[in-house]
Amino acid sequence: MRTLVIAKRVLTELLRDKRSLALIFIAPLLVLTLMSFAFNNNSTQSTKIGTVSVSKIFNQKLDQKNIIIKKYATISQAKAALKKDQIDSYINQSGQKLSATYANVDASKTAATKMAIKTAAGSIQQEKIENELTTLTKNLPESPKLNVAQPLSLKNHYIYGDKNTSYFDKMLPILMGFFVFFFIFLISGMSLLKERTSGTLDRLLATPVKRSEIVFGYMLSYSVLAFLQTILIVLFTVKVLSVDILGNIWSVIIINLLLSLVALAFGILMSTFAKSEFQLMQFIPIIVLPQVFLSGIISLDSMPQWLQYFSYILPMRYAGEALTGVIMHGYHLLTVWPMLVALLIFLIVLLILNIIGLKRYRKV
Amino acid sequence: MDKPVIQLHDLSKSFNKHVVLDHISTTVEEGTILGLIGPSGAGKSTIIQLLLGSETADSGTATVFNQVMPNRELLGNIGYMAQNDSLYEQQSGRENLIFFGRMKGITKQDIPSSVEHVTNVVDLGDALDKRVSTYSGGMKRRLSLAIALIGNPDLIVLDEPTVGIDPALRRHIWQELHRLKAEGHTILVTTHVMDEAELVDRVAMLLNGHLLADDTPEKLKNKYHVNSIESVFLKVEEENK
Repeated sequence: MRTLVIAKRVLTELLRDKRSLALIFIAPLLVLTLMSFAFNNNSTQSTKIGTVSVSKIFNQKLDQKNIIIKKYATISQAKAALKKDQIDSYINQSGQKLSATYANVDASKTAATKMAIKTAAGSIQQEKIENELTTLTKNLPESPKLNVAQPLSLKNHYIYGDKNTSYFDKMLPILMGFFVFFFIFLISGMSLLKERTSGTLDRLLATPVKRSEIVFGYMLSYSVLAFLQTILIVLFTVKVLSVDILGNIWSVIIINLLLSLVALAFGILMSTFAKSEFQLMQFIPIIVLPQVFLSGIISLDSMPQWLQYFSYILPMRYAGEALTGVIMHGYHLLTVWPMLVALLIFLIVLLILNIIGLKRYRKV
Repeated sequence: MDKPVIQLHDLSKSFNKHVVLDHISTTVEEGTILGLIGPSGAGKSTIIQLLLGSETADSGTATVFNQVMPNRELLGNIGYMAQNDSLYEQQSGRENLIFFGRMKGITKQDIPSSVEHVTNVVDLGDALDKRVSTYSGGMKRRLSLAIALIGNPDLIVLDEPTVGIDPALRRHIWQELHRLKAEGHTILVTTHVMDEAELVDRVAMLLNGHLLADDTPEKLKNKYHVNSIESVFLKVEEENK
């Protein structure tokens, strides 16, 4: 019963705190929108290539999609243009040798240039072979039937998304989870800290309330908030950012909700180690940020072995895997059950630690 | 009148090897006001912490209503007013009272009458439904006292209840404490305002972790041949240098 009374109090205080509400409900949407603009731009930028004494045929072949060619008379002119950022690279030909110099400020442009050069060189080579072949067959007295195969045609099919699927889509399931984790962690930690620094916790503990009732009261009130936040974030990503979710949308909500409960218990636990709001902030770079990088946003397989092992102690890793599974592979909730169990274990351990942790302030 | 409510027996406590309480023993009987005086850092708040169970003694026992503390259930019968106001600022006075009342174990049905009773006592009036963040310092103290009184606990523990308030409210609070005492409540109050110590039934003086004097104000004054508790305090301090 006391649990409910505590939950009600925490909730009404939260509803009166407009800033915290904005932090929970508006901030994640804002950041997600910004990120979708930043990562989603599929209109490839054009790459500018300067050419110096390059053969006419090569210039023609180089003139591909998204490539702009500028001709220079001397290398020093091209060099100057490169320095002034007017071109991204220049190519210089002497005899049969090509040499390319890249600004290499934008790795993707360097790659695009290399690709264009390769394609151009390749198609020149191919034309030469075809020409030789025709002259060769002409000169033959009895021409054997050349078996020229039809060129291969390619049609793309996508399991997830379409040809416009970008890096943002891969990040999104994990980002979504991270925002749920981060904002709930922050607010819940602050709120119990405030209770302690203002002295109300002492006063609360001077009543016959059980320590577990306080912890569960906090958990209950914040899970209401986390539930609303999760639904908002999920609907926003699906409807406004029009991101594909292959699996069941409720599975996504359930995973996020479980994650938010972990974040909540985690925030409350961390607040017992902090003496002030500022000290709680100091935990963010140590405890929260590593979770982003080890959550699978960057493929874990490419990381050193020890780092991969380390990621197993981070709740975000499990949530990231479960969310990616449901959103991008269309897994059923039961398919990702090991991840859910892992999160549940985190939750239970953190809850027990919290209840024990309050013993610092009252011995029974 | 001689039923013991608080019994401290040979109580010792140190923090980080610094001895705060050194073998303290005393008894507070039902219906008395015990004034705990001493300079800050003398261990007054530690005694309260031991009584409320937020700390445990290194040795010795603290019993309340004949039960050894810490004891969670007993806290329902102890009213506590903290040194700082410790209120939920974003809630109204009434919401604060209801919340702490419920925590004390008062049922939903009994809450309205309990709230009304204590607000009449401390005279909060119209402010009751305003948010605490709009309260003046004096109003916050009144509300804080009301929270300590809710549920009509037999033992009331007040940690420096009159710090930073105007003389009129201070007088009002002391009148209230005497009325509560007349009703049979037992009150433990800490203070470092010496003239307040004249108003209690018994003065216990804490100095460097020792209980140096423990008697009625009159007897203490006679013993040291002075006419105020303040002088008693200075004499005791002198003797123990």
